[in-house]
Amino acid sequence: MMDRLHIPKRLQRFVLPAIIIPLVVLYPEYYTQLGTSQLIPTLSTAVVMTVFVTMAVGLNMVVGYAGLLDLGYVAFYAAGSYVAGWFASDQFATHHFVFGAVGVQGNAIGIHVSIWILLAVAALFAAMLGVMIGLPTLRLRGDYLALVTLGFGEIIPQVVRNGDALFGQNITNGVAGITPIDPMGFKYAHGVLPFLPDNFLLTPNLDVWYYRVGLLLVAVTVFCSIRLRDSRLGRAWVALREDEIAAAAMGVPLMRVKTLAYASGAFFGGAAGCFYGTYQGGAIPDNFKLYISTLVLAMVILGGMGNVWGVCLGAAVLSYLNQQGLGAIGNQINSSFGTNIEITKYEAGLFGLIIVLMMLFRPQGLIPSARRKAEFDVIREEAETAGVAA
Amino acid sequence: MSLDGPAILETRAARKEFGGLIACSDIDFAVPEKSIVSLIGPNGAGKTTFFNMLTGAYKPTAGEILFDGHEVGGLPPHTITRLGVGRTFQNIRLFQTMTAVENVLVGMHTRLRGGIIRSILHTPGIKREERQAHENARELLRYCQLPERVYDEYAMNLSYGDQRRLEVARALGTEPKLLLLDEPTAGMNPQESAEFTSFVSRLRDERGLTILLIEHDMKVVMGVSERITVLDHGEKIAEGTPIEIQQNDRVIEAYLGSGAAGTAGHGAARA
Repeated sequence: MMDRLHIPKRLQRFVLPAIIIPLVVLYPEYYTQLGTSQLIPTLSTAVVMTVFVTMAVGLNMVVGYAGLLDLGYVAFYAAGSYVAGWFASDQFATHHFVFGAVGVQGNAIGIHVSIWILLAVAALFAAMLGVMIGLPTLRLRGDYLALVTLGFGEIIPQVVRNGDALFGQNITNGVAGITPIDPMGFKYAHGVLPFLPDNFLLTPNLDVWYYRVGLLLVAVTVFCSIRLRDSRLGRAWVALREDEIAAAAMGVPLMRVKTLAYASGAFFGGAAGCFYGTYQGGAIPDNFKLYISTLVLAMVILGGMGNVWGVCLGAAVLSYLNQQGLGAIGNQINSSFGTNIEITKYEAGLFGLIIVLMMLFRPQGLIPSARRKAEFDVIREEAETAGVAA
Repeated sequence: MSLDGPAILETRAARKEFGGLIACSDIDFAVPEKSIVSLIGPNGAGKTTFFNMLTGAYKPTAGEILFDGHEVGGLPPHTITRLGVGRTFQNIRLFQTMTAVENVLVGMHTRLRGGIIRSILHTPGIKREERQAHENARELLRYCQLPERVYDEYAMNLSYGDQRRLEVARALGTEPKLLLLDEPTAGMNPQESAEFTSFVSRLRDERGLTILLIEHDMKVVMGVSERITVLDHGEKIAEGTPIEIQQNDRVIEAYLGSGAAGTAGHGAARA
């Protein structure tokens, strides 16, 4: 079994990060030397991977730490994208407001605020939305909560799709979505540190810079996630996941702590959505389907609920497959065997298969948290004793 | 003995109904400050329902519950805990995949301040608070006589006796004025029960706690309680010192049936 593979603590703490972090950060510098195989992630795939890793680490706070099954996470991702759409495009053409935006004239139509500011705004907006959705729904438990969040995950994209005439206002521009969204850039820092480009769109390879910002987003998310995990709030989350009644009796205010979990997760979902919106240059309703919610949840489960590093790995693997890997594997198969299978069409089925196989052979995830591992060890022991008894 | 002190907990006609079933019927009850009081009664007498009203798990149908000058009937559990009511559970309800220290730290939740932003920034204030909290948690575990080697073990890996002790340590983490113990010696052997009895006395004497016990083990009840209240069918049928309770007809009847009381020569028949 893989979990017999014991990695010494010291190695885990220092050596592995010392190898992995440079490999990840320097990826744009060496990936062209890895060969021309379609399997090598392109930089644009890598950018999307950072978006999904951010989202998965955010969702992990809700599902992994606090044990609240959330099937509507895509709502926050959409909210973040639309914040970028509203405040960094021509959407509100009657306004003329430019603040630190990149690549627009001072008298441009619409509202154009710097994406750096919008990342924070989007995160806060999503967190607020999280509180608003959370307050009425978080009184529910388990499956009921999952169903209601599933509903919200469906409602919000519908609202967005039909939001071109809300109370006579065109808020979301309907199915066409809001496009183009302003690019990122170091408008002011460029003057002081010239190696920072003032507009990513004008650099030779914009993906390099978006990849770096994406990694920064991942780093901030992982950092906050770990700090929260080890805090008073993080302990309350685990306690309420374990036993709500006992947690309340020990003075943990359930609603408050659950809402904070939900809002924290939403916060990073919103930031990821804003970043993705500016990278894609648009906020388009078709990007915010239920499928995204289940995909991010699958990343958390595959990686190992509750373990930040496991979740990062799970998200990287699945988003790679989703974005590029499956198609590349399909092409390899087709060219080797002369077949003509469009493997990407089977994507949802294949991800389902991966999850089923994981549940059968390694239910605790690729890199489980110590708590989950302890839980699953007990379950397995019980199953084995039951097997012996039968 | 401190039975004449002012009551820290008082219920006036506290009542709980579930549909047509009256689980607790207009119970008047008082726990004097720094006393050790027991609540006994046959299975289904309404003891745990009464406990659950005191701790906020159930909202009383009618009546008042006063704790330390506050009306607490119907308040959420965490508010009542913050006011100073700590409890343990009849069927151990520890946080299984948290260590012993972490369990106690969760108990300290309302006594710590760390918010979301300061926790992320790890301000010096937070560091100090966390360090102090960890020290206090270990101190409590020591006080409750848990062996040092289990402090960082998951609760699920602790022996039964240690789990019982950890429940008390976790409840002490809430810094209670009143400690409610729900059948704390269930599953203990006579020697462990005896040790626990003296521990309960120490809690009162050394930490100035008021203690309310639900207990089935009569040896424990008679040994440690200063006053005993007996419930049967949701009603208070007797109240008094251990000696008085031992000689009370209605109590004997409730535990052994009306025939037993009859043969004892008193014949206090009750419908």
